[in-house]
Amino acid sequence: MVKRLSVVDVDLCVGCQSCMFACNRRFGEAGLGRAAIHIQSAGGIERGFVVRVCRACPDPPCSRVCPTGALTRRGGGGVLLNYAKCIACGNCMRGCTLGAIFWDAELDKPTVCVYCGYCAGFCPYGVIRIEEVA
Amino acid sequence: MTDMEYAGDLSRVIYIDLGRRVYWVEEKPELFTEGFGGAGAGIRLLVEECPQGTDPLSPKNPVILAVGLMNGIFPLASKTVAMFKSPLTGNLGESHAGGRSSIAIRMAGYGAIVVRGRSETPVYLTIDENGAKFKDASALWGMNSASTVGRILREVEPGAGIRTIMRIGKAGEKLIPYAYVTTETYRHFGRLGLGAVFGSKNLKAIVVSGKKSFKFRSPKSYRTLYEELFKTFCKSPLMRKYHELGTPMNVLPLNMTGSLPSRNLQSNSFAGVQELSGENMAEKYLGRRTACAHCPVSCIHIAALREPYENEPYFYKTKMISYDYEPIYALGAMLELKSPEGYLRLMDTVEELGLDAMSTGVVLAWATEAMEKGIIKESDAGGISLKWGDHETYIKAVKRIVAMDNEFFQALAKGVRHASSKYGGEDFALEFGGNEMPGYHTGPVAHLGYMTGARHSHLDGAGYSIDQKMYKEGIKYSPDYAARELFEEEAWRQILSSLVVCYFARGVYTPETVSRCLKTLGLERDQEELKEVGRAVLRKKYAFKFREGFSLMEMRIPKRICETPTPMGTITEEMIRAGLEEFEKLVKQ
Ligand code: SF4
Ligand code: SF4
Repeated sequence: MVKRLSVVDVDLCVGCQSCMFACNRRFGEAGLGRAAIHIQSAGGIERGFVVRVCRACPDPPCSRVCPTGALTRRGGGGVLLNYAKCIACGNCMRGCTLGAIFWDAELDKPTVCVYCGYCAGFCPYGVIRIEEVA
Repeated sequence: MTDMEYAGDLSRVIYIDLGRRVYWVEEKPELFTEGFGGAGAGIRLLVEECPQGTDPLSPKNPVILAVGLMNGIFPLASKTVAMFKSPLTGNLGESHAGGRSSIAIRMAGYGAIVVRGRSETPVYLTIDENGAKFKDASALWGMNSASTVGRILREVEPGAGIRTIMRIGKAGEKLIPYAYVTTETYRHFGRLGLGAVFGSKNLKAIVVSGKKSFKFRSPKSYRTLYEELFKTFCKSPLMRKYHELGTPMNVLPLNMTGSLPSRNLQSNSFAGVQELSGENMAEKYLGRRTACAHCPVSCIHIAALREPYENEPYFYKTKMISYDYEPIYALGAMLELKSPEGYLRLMDTVEELGLDAMSTGVVLAWATEAMEKGIIKESDAGGISLKWGDHETYIKAVKRIVAMDNEFFQALAKGVRHASSKYGGEDFALEFGGNEMPGYHTGPVAHLGYMTGARHSHLDGAGYSIDQKMYKEGIKYSPDYAARELFEEEAWRQILSSLVVCYFARGVYTPETVSRCLKTLGLERDQEELKEVGRAVLRKKYAFKFREGFSLMEMRIPKRICETPTPMGTITEEMIRAGLEEFEKLVKQ
């Protein structure tokens, strides 16, 4: 089953960032340095929040701008990153219209959502959900 | 990335000298392994940094911001501890705030920030893993609205989502000793005047951002424990209530039991309080809930207030104003404001100008009673006549306190202790050790706790909850019991505020759970050892207080608290004095 993350209702988001910490824990690590989901306010907390995460585009711009073919399309949308091919140029990060590719400062490689859905299990308010696309 | 054995890069302390415009980083692992960081680290740094007898508004007074072992690691470990010498009490200054502050400091790779000296010109600091930068703040200085300052810094600084923007308002610039430092607009280092200390340094704001990641020896046990804790928080009925109604869930129960100070504590309940209850506020005004970073509970409640422009037909603005139990007590019940709109507008003024809502409410309540009793005349107050329930006049008064445009408002701007020593009316001046009273008149232990608490806060030893327990279980007041309960609770809370977890999580972070959490970090401490560390931190704070001239024996007891009955009956001065004596024995041990 091919899955992707969907943002059900951003107005339910309280900005707790539990999802970001969850994403980082995929690797058994604490903190935020490796999170592939990002929550920020929409211009001040009084205005609510923005959820930045890969939406698994059917024709992903990030993959198109990768000069080495390190980001390959995934069936059903989204991309897969081949770390060996990646030359850390950062094109994909700039190429993603949603700003949903982040940077792992330690590995010096992009951080891309792997559509595992672990974060959704930690959203207390049902903002994000993993869904099947194909 | 750091290996998460003990403190990791938490042991890095960044020192910033505003006068010389230099910064450096020192490794101080002992602050975070012996004392776990937070309050424990803060008091040690304060003793190192702040010479005896320091004037709180002089460059010698440091600003210390400390986080602890659990910040960024476990849920609800979301607070930062600020330590300084308080310009309000002239003694230990300690204040806690959440927002994104603790996560940002930790993720930038620091355990503590120490700000020394004074800048010649207005400055703001940005701090990240590469160090600190000094930026010109002259354009931000003097602005009437603290939220505008936040808005500008949000635009000009990077790090949206992973940063904290701690800033002061006009009150801090004008060195009002109960000025706040606010962070993420709705969380505050409210009490004891950190804002004035920032102001005295010409420091308008500190922006911190970062994105670290920490490894564990046993990632699996970390994940398992985290998941267990997270589930516990999400399932807890109490946490649900904090989410649904927030702290104002306490308004009605406290009012019903006659524990809600009203009319400057001339009364222990307030007939109009229904309107200001958590239930009514949520139903009619709640516009948004939000959370501190890394907290699924999300207790922060923000009201949406739609207001028409006076001279413009069909023109409105919607302001988002946070509400909590304490400001509802201080600006609502104490002043007998009956309309939520009035309360919210007063709150908004206090927020924008940068004052602590609790101290401001108590100051205004004292001033109103003083006018009622004829101690203060309308002519003293520059033509203002304060009356219970009159929010319009209170809004004017708050502006004049910050403007300090005559002798009377200058006196109010120094707090209740100062104003009453100048004009009289000490009997109803509700301050303890110089700090204005919190909102619980539950019985003798609450008041004893305000006096003995190292910060003179209701949160130190939580006397109100000891009163409530005694009431429920039919336990009679005894000085020995009260002092011991307060001491042990305050000592344990030193652990929570060293780690630094939100006090709302205290039911989950029991000594047993904390001991398990520390084990995941590679630190073996059994429950008794933890408690001993807590007692040591508390005694250290007290040693600082005594060094700076604090005396439990000479504590002033406002007559008013013995006049208005509590659910536990009427308090007598003897009860309190005896409790103070017992507490002193414990703290000097
Ligand atoms: S966990 Fe849910 S509520 Fe919390 S920040 Fe993420 S999306 Fe928002
Ligand atoms: S319970 Fe409230 S104050 Fe405590 S961490 Fe969560 S949102 Fe912040």
